[in-house]
Amino acid sequence: MPDQEAPAARMLRGAGVSPGVGAGPVRVVAGAVPEPPAGARHGGDAEAERAAALAALEAVAADLEARAARAADVGNTDGRDVLNAQALMARDPGLADAVAAKIGDGTAAARAVFEAFGTYRELLAGAGEYLAARVADLDDIRDRAVARLLGVPMPGVPESDEPFVLVARDLAPADTAVLDPAMVVAFVTLEGGPTSHTAILARTMGVPAVVACPGCTEIAEGTRVLVDGAAGTVRIDPSDEQVRAARDAVAARAAILESATGPGATKDGHAVPLLANVGGPQDVAAAVANGAEGVGLYRTEFLFLDRAAPPSAAEQEDAYRKVLEAFPKGKVVVRTLDAGADKPLAFLPPPGEEPNPALGERGLRMLRGHPDVLAEQLGALARAAAGSTARLEVMAPMVTDAEEAAFFAQACRDAGIDHPGVMIEVPAAALRARDLAAEVEFFSIGTNDLTQYACAADRQLGGLAHLQDPWQPAVLDLVAVAAQAAADAGRPCGVCGEAGGDPALACVLVGLGVTSLSMGAPSLPLVRAALARHTLDQCRRAADAARRARTAQLARESARALLPGLAELGL
Amino acid sequence: MSQRNVKIEAKVGLHARPAALFVQIAAKADFDVTVAKPGGEPVNAKSILAVLGLDARHGEEVVIRAEGEGAEELLDKLEALLKQPEPESA
Repeated sequence: MPDQEAPAARMLRGAGVSPGVGAGPVRVVAGAVPEPPAGARHGGDAEAERAAALAALEAVAADLEARAARAADVGNTDGRDVLNAQALMARDPGLADAVAAKIGDGTAAARAVFEAFGTYRELLAGAGEYLAARVADLDDIRDRAVARLLGVPMPGVPESDEPFVLVARDLAPADTAVLDPAMVVAFVTLEGGPTSHTAILARTMGVPAVVACPGCTEIAEGTRVLVDGAAGTVRIDPSDEQVRAARDAVAARAAILESATGPGATKDGHAVPLLANVGGPQDVAAAVANGAEGVGLYRTEFLFLDRAAPPSAAEQEDAYRKVLEAFPKGKVVVRTLDAGADKPLAFLPPPGEEPNPALGERGLRMLRGHPDVLAEQLGALARAAAGSTARLEVMAPMVTDAEEAAFFAQACRDAGIDHPGVMIEVPAAALRARDLAAEVEFFSIGTNDLTQYACAADRQLGGLAHLQDPWQPAVLDLVAVAAQAAADAGRPCGVCGEAGGDPALACVLVGLGVTSLSMGAPSLPLVRAALARHTLDQCRRAADAARRARTAQLARESARALLPGLAELGL
Repeated sequence: MSQRNVKIEAKVGLHARPAALFVQIAAKADFDVTVAKPGGEPVNAKSILAVLGLDARHGEEVVIRAEGEGAEELLDKLEALLKQPEPESA
């Protein structure tokens, strides 16, 4: 029977990067809207063509206003202002005049709209970096109006009145800034790896996600799917029985996890503080709920995304203080602005074309070119920490050598910050960690970038997922070198990459000498439970076995064989 | 023809929220309203794209002009807006 496909065809497989199950109808993020061909002419009825063009612009404006009202309802005033400004652009009288004039010359409506926007695009782009973000806004309106006129799907994250499974080729931070977390039950992407933006966002939100999933963008809009973010599967048209069984399995694991509470420690009482990765005050509640002992990575660039100008010193201070106040007895490790590569900031453009942005001016390299931005951020941090009982530690991203570490430590001291540290994510920094340890008070290993750079495998490329694996023995070697150098100097060395949230790898990292683990808040209970089931000696033996293995897969298998408690947790 | 020279006190300049409010006020007039940098080409103050394209920043001066019944009152409102460091509403 043609409508009875084989069971295998009704299940797609990818990489599960955020555990849990979610079921709902698919909403696909459409690809780019095509450019209407140059020279496209209308049939001769200029009046009707003009009316169609203006109606499309008006519909786009009305839609933007409706979204602005919804943003305002949830207290997102920045979003409201951006969307209202976009609505004004769609209704711009100068733009309407230009469209009408082109249609009067015989140009088809869609092409006329495209060209009229082009004129303003050049005007704004030529007005300097300050307007860079507005050019993107303008392109978005143009694409929406052209999509209406051509009858093709709207670009960007779709609107929906019911919770849905978001399917996309890949997601950029700009796409997800407008997401309503309550409406997304799962993410599925064609590209991306375990450390892509989608994966990190999903774990922070506690929403299941499957990435690098071939065929997912061909699922018809509205099709019901069941996503298992641990197994990495997407079942198409699941039965109610299958959805129930998947949810029961998740609930059973949750029951085990509820019994794991208190500070992180191995079975024999070796303390390993368990900390949360946060992007701002909005993530604090989940961190506290999952028992975080503090914050191990505060990604401050998330305060700056989608901003034409940096937040004021007072606004920054407020955002830092809110997180410090949540952990009066704990520590909060703040990472200074990590811009560049996959997280460009409108007010900190790269100095020139970068064919390979992951190797370009990002992290501390970029901040050294903008000492005013660095000084303002450090000053705001120092003021936020004054009077707080939390211990503030501040670290720089993308540090390569001891000279850079010394520069950052001095910048911190100048700002009145007592505990400067550095991220270890460049292999050169890991290999010469003993030199860096003399300059700063602590290390935090960023396993995502360390893996990307050690294996020369771009985090954005789904096809290289097998090389973006922190179980690669070379990555484990680099972690061991950095942790040993820190121990020799009497300095703590944490891990704040996604590796720390993998229960098996967390045990191995502790065995390698890592002194604290920071992760997306939903990963904390499982890691706490895994550590509590193994002694420090077991962790060390698992770490030795993993380093003796010749491949990532063998490292994983040989470590797991020495960590019997994982099976009790259903891992 | 009524005319004002106004120094922009809005911290973000004639961009973002101040620009949107400026255009919304101007659009309420049934006569022409223009804004220009001193000595520069005047642009339609009802066009957000033209106003943003001016790229008038904090501390810079702009010339706003209007002609018609109620022009003075309108210019009062626009001037008051530009004088606010962080305007909240129109």
